[in-house]
Amino acid sequence: MTPTTMAGPKLEQQSLTRQDFISDQEVRWCPGCGDYAILAQVQKVMPELGIPREKIVFVSGIGCSSRFPYYMNTYGFHSIHGRAPAIATGVKCANPDLQVWIVTGDGDGLSIGGNHMLHTLRRNLDVKILLFNNRIYGLTKGQTSPTSEHGKKTKSTPYGSLENPINPVSFAIAAEATFVARAVATETKHLAEVIERAARHKGTAFVEIYQNCNIFNDGTFEEVSAREVKSDRLVLMEHGKPLVFGKQSDKAIRMRHLHMEVGPANAADNGSQVVVHDEKSADTTLAYMLGNMRWPAYPEAIGVFRAIEKPTYDEMLMDQIKHAQGGKGPGNLRDLIYSGERWKIN
Amino acid sequence: MAETKTSVKQFTDLERVTIRFAGDSGDGIQISGSQFTMATARMGNDLSTLPDYPAEIRAPAGTLPGVSSFQISFSENPILTPGDQPDVLVIMNPAALRVHLKDLVEGGIIIANSNAFVTANLKKAGYEANPLEDGALTAYRVVALPITELNARALADSGITKRDIDRCKNFYALGVVYWMYDRDLQPTVEWLEDKFKKRPEIAAANVKALRTGYNYADTTEIFTSHFRVAKADLEPGEYRNITGTEATALGLVAAARLANTPLFYGSYPITPASGVLEELAAMKAYDVRTFQAEDEIAAVCSAIGASFAGNIGVTGTSGPGLALKSEAIGLAVMTELPLVIFDAQRAGPSTGLPTKTEQGDFLLAYGGRHGESPLAIVAPISPSDCFNMAMEAVRLAVRHMTPVIILCDGYLVNGAEPWKLPDVDTLPRIEIRHDTGEEEFHPYRRDPETLVRPWVVPGMPGKEHRIGGLEKADVTGNVSYDPENHEKMVHLRAEKINRIARDIPALEVEGPREGDILVLGWGSTYGAISSACRDLRREDVRVSNAQLRYLHPLPSNLGSVLSRFKVILMPELNMGQLRMVLSAQFKAHFVGLNKIQGQPFKIHEVRAKIEEILETGIHIKS
Repeated sequence: MTPTTMAGPKLEQQSLTRQDFISDQEVRWCPGCGDYAILAQVQKVMPELGIPREKIVFVSGIGCSSRFPYYMNTYGFHSIHGRAPAIATGVKCANPDLQVWIVTGDGDGLSIGGNHMLHTLRRNLDVKILLFNNRIYGLTKGQTSPTSEHGKKTKSTPYGSLENPINPVSFAIAAEATFVARAVATETKHLAEVIERAARHKGTAFVEIYQNCNIFNDGTFEEVSAREVKSDRLVLMEHGKPLVFGKQSDKAIRMRHLHMEVGPANAADNGSQVVVHDEKSADTTLAYMLGNMRWPAYPEAIGVFRAIEKPTYDEMLMDQIKHAQGGKGPGNLRDLIYSGERWKIN
Repeated sequence: MAETKTSVKQFTDLERVTIRFAGDSGDGIQISGSQFTMATARMGNDLSTLPDYPAEIRAPAGTLPGVSSFQISFSENPILTPGDQPDVLVIMNPAALRVHLKDLVEGGIIIANSNAFVTANLKKAGYEANPLEDGALTAYRVVALPITELNARALADSGITKRDIDRCKNFYALGVVYWMYDRDLQPTVEWLEDKFKKRPEIAAANVKALRTGYNYADTTEIFTSHFRVAKADLEPGEYRNITGTEATALGLVAAARLANTPLFYGSYPITPASGVLEELAAMKAYDVRTFQAEDEIAAVCSAIGASFAGNIGVTGTSGPGLALKSEAIGLAVMTELPLVIFDAQRAGPSTGLPTKTEQGDFLLAYGGRHGESPLAIVAPISPSDCFNMAMEAVRLAVRHMTPVIILCDGYLVNGAEPWKLPDVDTLPRIEIRHDTGEEEFHPYRRDPETLVRPWVVPGMPGKEHRIGGLEKADVTGNVSYDPENHEKMVHLRAEKINRIARDIPALEVEGPREGDILVLGWGSTYGAISSACRDLRREDVRVSNAQLRYLHPLPSNLGSVLSRFKVILMPELNMGQLRMVLSAQFKAHFVGLNKIQGQPFKIHEVRAKIEEILETGIHIKS
């Protein structure tokens, strides 16, 4: 996969291996948890980036996914529920040289921390966000989450959830995040590609990862991601290519007027056309429509919905400071204190 | 009348004068006040000022909630408060008279714009008849001037619109006051010319209004003489007038520069703390990074993140925001990161009286977190002291790896006083030690003396580590659920804070070092307490006072100071929060003086309580 942008923190050639990113802490997720696969892929991608370990910071909130920083042999901050984006904002503004990752979940990132998520996305701070979506509160042992399905029976909703779930990708696109992607924890090769593209994106990169909680919400994504059905129920987006899927690549996402529909891949149809993916469109409409596709009406889209370039918050902040200093470094303290209207007493 | 006037200026000498300007919030009251302040500072008087804004931005014109005011007190002697009661009221409408008359000293002067006393305005202010004419003000000296009309006549040929002419009338009134107190017009003329550089016709009109007002007072002889307040005996040096807001911002920047480290300020707008965010946002040239966060929680979290990454992380707020930040401050306690939290206290609970002052957040700052989570608390005692205590907060935070709360308040941030500018070269450097130098790095290995852990920041190779809110194993900092370790860490964190007491100055006592009564205050009540005690001592009453600027840990000599007095009178703008904590720690006879009106103490209120205790002797004997 060719990255769309090679910008971001300065890449230095170093011969680090996957092993260098594994910390000495015992991993304590439940056996069979989808988080293991994600950790493995992140540790695999890290050496490829060529960034020294000391310049990488993983920030998390609270939840199963938020234990992630303990297992990475980089700098890490396991903070409080929902606040990882806010902590990460301070880290990145304090030292824009660092590559900053946020690891969060559906409850942490979209419920208690939903406000911070929204504002971080719209600011285009140069941070990478991995949102592990398992549609359940795992660490608190099985309550409904903001991505749980309507009617879902959980410990806190024994008669079924009354709420409509939020779609993390739609949320990120509505906030006009400059990079939005979706991956599935069990599709490890594709997951690694998406993580690497997020890492190399300059600006806020948001990745939703379908992840199974085998204790409290087992099989939540099986319907679309099971080995036997996935080729018919997932569509892989690639920039500039038609959105074709199915075991025989015989189906396609077609556009009729302002609606998406599923139709044959190779048939002329008056009034509908196969959609060709464009992740670089400044307009968010196509990305939003693709993000909203839900089985069984549609296959669910994985890959990169949107990857555009815009100035980052941290870069603009540093530019303002540089400009204010006029190339002379930090101003003289005396000049600051001895300013305004003054008078002398003799 | 002009013919009979002698060319020699006549003066009546006064020791101290307090003037209050009041009118609609659109009347330019704050500008009049600040110009008079500058003119007064240049005359060499000591002074203190306090604006009072309505909570509403522009309440309907002429109504009581729309009244804005500015008070200045100036003297030939050192003064510490903007004055208990005004001697002079300059009022621009009936509502201003209605709101402020009750504060005016008996026999005080009222300068009123009589043109504003028309039926509609009188009705809005709740007057049935015109108080300037119906004899209601016979206890005062009323100078009713048709200021709107006089101003309009003076500017008739200025070529500006009627509306713009009317907006000059505050300078006309100011001209009258300048004559009364013999102020120099020139600084204000220059200020106007600079302010309206792009609209010279407006500058010229305002200057003319000022001069005409001055000349009107001169020629009509409203007053037979000028009032004169002699120069105060101030320490020689260069001065500027400074608010607590400005002093706080300058103190934070100064500390960061003295530590040679960037300052990060994350904040969410809230009255009365927003001014600090605005000041700092304009100081980017001094390596200041400001971040207007999406909410109070994000503001404190961003500051914690910035500290983790090696900046001086600071957040600012007022009471409601401090409550919201509680959980995150606990995180900073647990991760033992430097963090400064500036709290401009306001009257609560909840939205309360957002523009009014109070000291109601002490217990919140002291214990308002879950778990055992001690931190350091400091409290500036005057607007200019905000500079010192902001620097102190940064010094303690980075030296002791702890959150430090600055308990400021609405009175200090808005109040102003002359500040003798410090010699920048002699300000103490703030040393930051990131590198532990040890071979095997452990994030929670402590300095045996101070119990402080090292501040190792991302970017330092070979020291990659993880911190967080979970309990830490002693030394390694790894996650630990061990019961004995938790208890040990709780004690270590508490002891680390207690040892800050070795690093702060002793409490100083003003007046006799022992006696019947010590008036003990903290933070912004200093001006009223110290003035009351000083006045009493001048009358040979034996009374002492001391003001706490370090609230946690407390100065190590506090116990011995308390033991030398029979009664400890503690004035607080709350229901006795610090008194409760001190009572639990010290065997002393504490008596409270508590006021919860959104207003600072007046000197006479403190004085009356001291006199009551001395006269009745009840507390002293018991």
